[in-house]
Amino acid sequence: MRINESIRVAAPPETVWHYLEDPENYLHFMSGMTRWEVAGEKPNGLGARYRVLLRVGAAEVGGLVEMVEWHEPFDIAWHSVTGVDQRGRWRIRAHGETQSRVEFRFAYGVIGGGIAGLVTEVAAALPVRRQMRRTLRQLKRQVEHEQRRLEAELRRASRAGSRS
Amino acid sequence: MYYVATRETGSALARFVKQRVSNRLDAKLEDRDPDYLREALPLLWLLSTFYFRAEVRDLGNVPADRPVLLVGNHSGGNVIVDTFIFSLAFSTYFGVERPFHQLAHNLAIAWPFAGEMLRKAGTLSASHEHAERALAAGAPVLVYPGGDWETHRPSWEGSKIDFAGRKGFIRLALDAGVPIVPVVSIGGQETALFLSRGAGLAKALRLDKLLRLKVLPISLALPWGLNVGDFAGHIPLPAKITIEVLPPIDLEREFGPDPDVDEVYAHVTAQMQEALDGLAAERRFPVIG
Repeated sequence: MRINESIRVAAPPETVWHYLEDPENYLHFMSGMTRWEVAGEKPNGLGARYRVLLRVGAAEVGGLVEMVEWHEPFDIAWHSVTGVDQRGRWRIRAHGETQSRVEFRFAYGVIGGGIAGLVTEVAAALPVRRQMRRTLRQLKRQVEHEQRRLEAELRRASRAGSRS
Repeated sequence: MYYVATRETGSALARFVKQRVSNRLDAKLEDRDPDYLREALPLLWLLSTFYFRAEVRDLGNVPADRPVLLVGNHSGGNVIVDTFIFSLAFSTYFGVERPFHQLAHNLAIAWPFAGEMLRKAGTLSASHEHAERALAAGAPVLVYPGGDWETHRPSWEGSKIDFAGRKGFIRLALDAGVPIVPVVSIGGQETALFLSRGAGLAKALRLDKLLRLKVLPISLALPWGLNVGDFAGHIPLPAKITIEVLPPIDLEREFGPDPDVDEVYAHVTAQMQEALDGLAAERRFPVIG
């Protein structure tokens, strides 16, 4: 099952990227995420690994994931190493001069589960999609807040420069 | 002549059955099959999420990097719904790659079809040796000290911890040098209307001697109506199941180098009862939760 959701963010791709590359931010905006912690010595970048858990229905589902694509400031993609089979991707593209379009793609599979597996994939899609939408809304809020903070900083610096 | 032949055939058959059963009981750790578990998870997830509206809390209290003895209260008669839900939660939380074993009554393991499934899921027949081997191999082990006595308690005692004074799990934890992690669950005793353990009936029929059964439970359950023994199981009512994992208890750190078993037993059961009281207080209605 593959689910795509996207949102427009009033900030350039670099600001979105800066927020998404920091693993400490994930628990702040990923809805239903109960764990996103660095596993290993590399905090981010290609090959970084994280232990992740997402609450879906009666279970916290997850495992170890590894970053398999890291193209600043456009794409971050991961695959599962252990646990439930999953793939995820952040796709960030410029939208006009001051905005970005952020796409969150998430794919998961239940291998060998027969009919129950198929039913589970479909049944889980609804709560997963709901969480992805909420995740994007929270990401938008956080990044736009960060963008406003950056703009205010620039204005302060410019005022200070013109006074001196 | 006919009598002797019949007697010899009978004893040969008994030897054959005994051999088969004892072969089946000798569950090996390597019988656990992670791929089988992975394939079973979807059905368990569907049932847990939509039928039992299950909730498993604080699995993070299970240490991720060392063996532990998980001690649970047993509920649901012979259809141990909360065990399946906990196994699902454990396997999705830590991944099926992490070994995990449960101890079950010999009769459950010896069943031809269900026994095979249980062994693939990591279930071992209940014995000190099996549990020690699993813990020595680094796997968490789930035990139910209350066993058949607790799982068949009347429904109105659903929020009561009743290990019947069985303290073997404490010796097991001490021998293996592992912490105890209590796991309390509620709702299992609402999957049928359990009326009586039938302890007197079991004793009168000598089931304790023949089959290690101290109870012959009587319940009202689907699809049987009046259900005596629950040997064939029953269709569980869709009771909401809530499970909570408590913080680990390091016996030597909390009770000194030579812990008193009675003191530890009182401490563990008191902690579990307190947590179970909390879960019971959250419930508004039977079955619905």
